[in-house]
Amino acid sequence: MESDSKQSQETLREPQPSLATIGPEKAFVAICRLAVALPLLLLVVLVVDAVVDGWPRLSWGFLTGYPSRNPEIAGILPALAGSAAVIVLTAVMAIPVGVGAAIYLEEYTKPGRLTSLIELNISNLAGVPSIIYGLLGLELFVRAMQMGRSLLAGAATLALLVLPAVIMTSREALRTVPYSLREACYALGADRWQTIWRVVLPMSLPGILTGIILSVARAIGETAPLIMIGALTYVAFLPDSLMSPFTALPIQIFNWVSRPQKGFHTNAAAGIVVLLVLMLLLNATAIWLRVRLQRRVNW
Amino acid sequence: MEHALKTPRETSSPDPTRRPQTVVRPAEESGTPQVKMRTELLRAWFGPTEVLKGISLPILKNRVTAIIGPSGCGKSTLLRCLNRMHEVVPGARVEGKAYLDEQNIYEASVNPIRVRQRIGMVFQKANPFPTMSIRNNVLAGLRLQGVRPRSPDELVEKALRQAALWDEVKDILDRSGVSLSGGQQQRLCIARALVLEPEVLLMDEPCSALDPIATAKIEDLIYELRNSYTVVIVTHNMQQAARVADFTAFLYLGELIEYDKTDTIFRTPRDPRTEAYITGRFG
Ligand SMILES: Nc1ncnc2c1ncn2[C@@H]1O[C@H](COP(=O)(O)OP(=O)(O)OP(=O)(O)O)[C@@H](O)[C@H]1O
Ligand SMILES: [Mg+2]
Repeated sequence: MESDSKQSQETLREPQPSLATIGPEKAFVAICRLAVALPLLLLVVLVVDAVVDGWPRLSWGFLTGYPSRNPEIAGILPALAGSAAVIVLTAVMAIPVGVGAAIYLEEYTKPGRLTSLIELNISNLAGVPSIIYGLLGLELFVRAMQMGRSLLAGAATLALLVLPAVIMTSREALRTVPYSLREACYALGADRWQTIWRVVLPMSLPGILTGIILSVARAIGETAPLIMIGALTYVAFLPDSLMSPFTALPIQIFNWVSRPQKGFHTNAAAGIVVLLVLMLLLNATAIWLRVRLQRRVNW
Repeated sequence: MEHALKTPRETSSPDPTRRPQTVVRPAEESGTPQVKMRTELLRAWFGPTEVLKGISLPILKNRVTAIIGPSGCGKSTLLRCLNRMHEVVPGARVEGKAYLDEQNIYEASVNPIRVRQRIGMVFQKANPFPTMSIRNNVLAGLRLQGVRPRSPDELVEKALRQAALWDEVKDILDRSGVSLSGGQQQRLCIARALVLEPEVLLMDEPCSALDPIATAKIEDLIYELRNSYTVVIVTHNMQQAARVADFTAFLYLGELIEYDKTDTIFRTPRDPRTEAYITGRFG
């Protein structure tokens, strides 16, 4: 009896590793660690570089100042306000349409050829280069719909740009709701509308919200489509209506980088830091929301 | 063991709180019972596969009907056809007729939602709503049907007591429905169905995750329910079928092999396949 348990203890203990026994698993893990570390390292280098370069200009005055020919006093307030306004408008347009489309595709369509064609197109649209969206926006919103080079035209263009991502992430979130729960709901005498509103949406809300924030956050950094539709590079006023001309943070940065004066390059670096902080804030919000809502779901 | 399976009602129960096994059945008490539901050549498909091949089965009012049969023979499918839940599955199809109070529920003019409001269901796998508290899970059916109960707390307590869950959850009613154990979730789903007071209650292996004590309580509940409801129960447990059911239907490979009084099925089955199954020789 005693020797028996001793033996089983023996077999539980891991044999001492020797150099010869570094198997394929260890090598694989080592390579994976490297693969994770490299991009992280690059990111750190990028951020540190931007912070070091832009540090002299990072101040309250920089955030609240207007652009100027003098890099020392130039600020990003119009760009910041423009970015904020564009993003809010983009979200207002993209969320209802995107989530609605996702619900329709996931809950109302029958699987078939047309549905898979639509699905394929949506995932293709997500991969279309953003400058193409800029062209579309220029023709459709700026010219055909006569919105001009306005905040509204910019936001509409970005809404189109993020729409496929919003639809796809929302669908994924809807799909995580187990079939058995929809069944449970139907068996209680509910119809499809109630099942969607009372059971499916509450359960997929964390995923949908996270997807929306991450998709919209991507739009903050978009430059090409806004340049395409003609967002201005020098704006000395805040946008005051949907039709007002505007600029955005990445455009301001792009403009400063392309100036010959050294001072503007410092400004660009400072602008990049602000942009990165904004992105990180949005992503952190997404994570926080997900964790918070998920806890409510699971507990 | 074989003997016990075949004539379970004569074996004495180890639990002294169980009701006597030689109980006088209301079937013998009060004349011929009414037919609450019946199916007529009911056939069901999953895609191209026919899993129910023309079932004609009566379900008597205020009686418990058990459906037994080997795994995969179509018991759950039959149950789901009785409240039009089968067609909810993509690619699934039903043919034939099923009557509720002599009205064919598969008629084109019938709204399946109305059918499901009158015929409640407890699924084989517990499926409480994760976004709802225990309390709201119990009340979910009422809320979904637009009923605003005047004293919801009483309803919750009554249903949870009936489902033998109240003592375990009375202090945590605001926790999520999925914070419970598997067996507790199963009883929560029973409570959720009971609160709606359906005319017919379909139960798909309601005790599969329960310990003997909880099982005994649920069996007692089913036995009581027959006073006001009609119950159909799917079970793999022969003794359970013998204990709670007035009538038993034996299903095999999508066909109804035998239907009779439970006593008859277990004592003197007509079909050799029924006998083989209840004596545990196949399954
Ligand atoms: N969603 C589905 N899609 C395709 N076939 C299915 C599906 N569900 C069940 N089936 C098939 O239908 C047949 C009947 O299934 P059903 O669930 O009614 O069996 P059951 O008698 O309830 O079995 P168990 O005792 O294991 O629960 C099985 O052969 C199964 O393979
Ligand atoms: Mg089953």
